[in-house]
Amino acid sequence: MAETTVVAKQESPIKFGKKERKLITDPLNDNNPITVQVLGICSALAVTTGMRNAVVMSIAVVFVCLFSNITTSILRTRIPKQVRMIVQLVIIATLVTIVELTLKAVDFESYKALSVFIGLIITNCIIMGRLEAFAMGNKPYESALDGLGNGIGYGLILIVVAFFRELFGKGSLFDYKIIGHTGEYLINTQTSWLFGWYEHNNLMVLFPSAMFVIGIVIWVHRAWNPKLVDIS
Amino acid sequence: MDLVNIFIKSAFIENLALAYFLGMCSYLAVSKTVKTAFGLGLAVIFVLGITMPINWVINTWLLGENGIFATDLTFLRLILFIAVIASMVQLVEMVVEKFSPALYSSLGIFLPLITVNCAILGGSLFMVSKEYNFSESVAFGLGGGFGWFLAIIAIAAIREKIRYSNVPPALRGLGMAFILTGLMGMAFMSLMGIDPAAFK
Repeated sequence: MAETTVVAKQESPIKFGKKERKLITDPLNDNNPITVQVLGICSALAVTTGMRNAVVMSIAVVFVCLFSNITTSILRTRIPKQVRMIVQLVIIATLVTIVELTLKAVDFESYKALSVFIGLIITNCIIMGRLEAFAMGNKPYESALDGLGNGIGYGLILIVVAFFRELFGKGSLFDYKIIGHTGEYLINTQTSWLFGWYEHNNLMVLFPSAMFVIGIVIWVHRAWNPKLVDIS
Repeated sequence: MDLVNIFIKSAFIENLALAYFLGMCSYLAVSKTVKTAFGLGLAVIFVLGITMPINWVINTWLLGENGIFATDLTFLRLILFIAVIASMVQLVEMVVEKFSPALYSSLGIFLPLITVNCAILGGSLFMVSKEYNFSESVAFGLGGGFGWFLAIIAIAAIREKIRYSNVPPALRGLGMAFILTGLMGMAFMSLMGIDPAAFK
């Protein structure tokens, strides 16, 4: 009896050892989707004008990334190589439609603010990139962890970038007004003796500033983790 | 004359890469050398130039109210567009694999990722929103592809040169590419005119 339980334990696909933990933590740091793999930049530029959009978008991407990885991994031996992209896109498009309809029902305000970009999750390369690079060659459980890790790694950068863009571009966080020149802000620059010089930097709301902020995030990330430094 | 206007406008003023920041993933990842950038740029021109008229035909004759089903089927637009794009990219992949294995291996994962290059789908959606006719959509597709091609060649050339400059180690490569793209985007914003709505 004791032997059979041990065997069953070894064969169980659900285990969380060092290798599995690495699948989740790797995309957060050493193999981050945005700063190292360079995937999913377009949406990172578009939705990071505010924290609220960034958070909703991150949740949506984590969901789609997780379940598309699982589905593709289950079907991976049955998908012919020649039509694999179309199959992958159908899986992604279905999940994105689920997200879109759910968001419409649960949080209509965010749905209105994000509508185009939720649709564009289909063309978010991080999702299809992980399907191509990982889920097509690995078992469902590992793929699920990989999808989860990559989704969270993507969301992390999105939120950091959105924090700086919203704070310096609009003077608010989650639409809660922090600093500005009218009374509704927490720090009123017209009455405050310390922040009288402060003005919003409108460039932070425009696209080029997203490139600058991500560039600086990459700089800080690589300075902190020197093994990522590009030698070539 | 109108077609030439659309071509030039879509290539320079409304540059998909530097004015709308579409297709950034492959733009940043494949622009390390001019040679691979050239290959990817040509593939994007080809895919945009082909998918745009096909998507125009689908949008007008299948999905529109004057199409063969005589009903408004525009909710299927996204899925049909992406299916056309995916099959075209698969075709390009097979052709490149057959005729140029070296280019195929250097493009790596970014050849299938043209499918999810937002420039392609974004281009098709722009074409719908601008209500172009068939020949205009061909000009828009080729012009948009040409503009993207020029942008990726430009950044690849700058990145090849900047390798000899004294950039801080942690900023070398990708970090510098982001900042360069931001600067190029600011330059292109002056072609487009800065949107006054952004300053309210």
